[in-house]
Amino acid sequence: MSEQISAKEFIARRIALELNDGDVVNLGIGLPTLVANYLPPGVTLMLQSENGFLGIGPVPEEITPIGQPRVVNAGGAPCSIIPGGSTFDTSISFALMRGGHLDACVLGGLQVDENADLANWMVPGKNVPGMGGAMDLAVGAKKVIVAMEHTNKGEKKILKKCNLPLTAKGRVSTVVTELALFRFHDGKLVLEEYAPGVSVEDIRAGTEAAFIVSDKLKEMEISRVGL
Amino acid sequence: MKSKRLEIGQVASFLRDGMTIMYGGFMGNGTPPRIMQAILDSGVKDLTVIGDDAAFSDATKGPEGIGLLVRNKRVKKMITGHIGLNKEAQRQMITGEMEIELCPIGTIAERIRAGGSGLGGVLTPTGVGTSVGDVDQPLTFNGQQINRKPVLNINGRDYLLELPLKADLAVLEAVQADKYGNLVYYTSMRNHNPLMALAAETVIVEAHQIVEVGCIDPDHVMTPGVLVDHIIYPG
Repeated sequence: MSEQISAKEFIARRIALELNDGDVVNLGIGLPTLVANYLPPGVTLMLQSENGFLGIGPVPEEITPIGQPRVVNAGGAPCSIIPGGSTFDTSISFALMRGGHLDACVLGGLQVDENADLANWMVPGKNVPGMGGAMDLAVGAKKVIVAMEHTNKGEKKILKKCNLPLTAKGRVSTVVTELALFRFHDGKLVLEEYAPGVSVEDIRAGTEAAFIVSDKLKEMEISRVGL
Repeated sequence: MKSKRLEIGQVASFLRDGMTIMYGGFMGNGTPPRIMQAILDSGVKDLTVIGDDAAFSDATKGPEGIGLLVRNKRVKKMITGHIGLNKEAQRQMITGEMEIELCPIGTIAERIRAGGSGLGGVLTPTGVGTSVGDVDQPLTFNGQQINRKPVLNINGRDYLLELPLKADLAVLEAVQADKYGNLVYYTSMRNHNPLMALAAETVIVEAHQIVEVGCIDPDHVMTPGVLVDHIIYPG
């Protein structure tokens, strides 16, 4: 990486360039949420909150106390709804996901494999928070972008076959890490971009899955908002 | 018309040990706090509860919601999509004190909708090829006992058969109710509430504001009053 930014920020800045003005998008909790900070000028998204609205807006200046009617995001934290937003019940909210009405979702990942399977909701014996909306998002969004660090303390995460419980089978479109960008084309994993200063050999060393190197392989560009 | 007004002290008369309760709300937002307290105060136990999540165990982050009944060990089984922000629910799941059936949130919503809509189930692509296809207890499908949820391939795509959910009681929160029980919710407080209003034998609503019949434009009603049995007025 050429600048003094964290791996997570680098990943979020690259994904910010994947989204188009007007896209309807659901950003998962954590790293995916950061993407909204780096959208280039002229790109406005309609962000979905799975608890029942479109048009997530900033945290209000005055926060309504707990117990009084207030808008919260899917993590239960106070937020607002932008002009043009809309509210609905959970059935409609998940119909938007499952029914293919979202242009993209950005999800965190524990593992992705050669079959475009994703595991991101539990580590048996450790953390079992529940899948929440992740399975519905992964199964229904037109584009499923996985944002994750390339390895976890040296342990590979892009595998031949996921060994953690799956979130969805065969649904990943794009994987963005601090080393590389991969896309699935006709069910095949293709390396399309490498981070500045990173070689294909470096990427291969950190990746268990077999992948094809694109003939249009290029260096990753990131959103420069605020840099 | 018979009044639907219910005093908070009368909630206990609808409760019994071992019953199934649906609770509205998403991260506690839309869960009726006074009704939850009344359920606790009644002493009822061994409940099966159905709802979005286990809300917060840290009261500074958000409402405790169903967590009040979990913390006081009134819940025997919970059917829900997420317990990650309630440490006590996680602890009780790990020790086996409370049984948890984790279910994708979109699937919970559709199972509740199916239960309230007279449907035999729903077919969803969500969870195909994952542990969601497992069942805790064998179910009867086409007269056969089976241990996995049936997968139906329709026009080339696989779908899981998910069964309807119903409850003895649904407890909901609305920002406004007329005296007939027509309801209006506020933004993210709507969530599962309108679906649960269809799926329970008895529906009790806690409302922030009560208005006369006719004050809510029929086009703005989010849950029709025919579904609401009892209304707790602001206290």
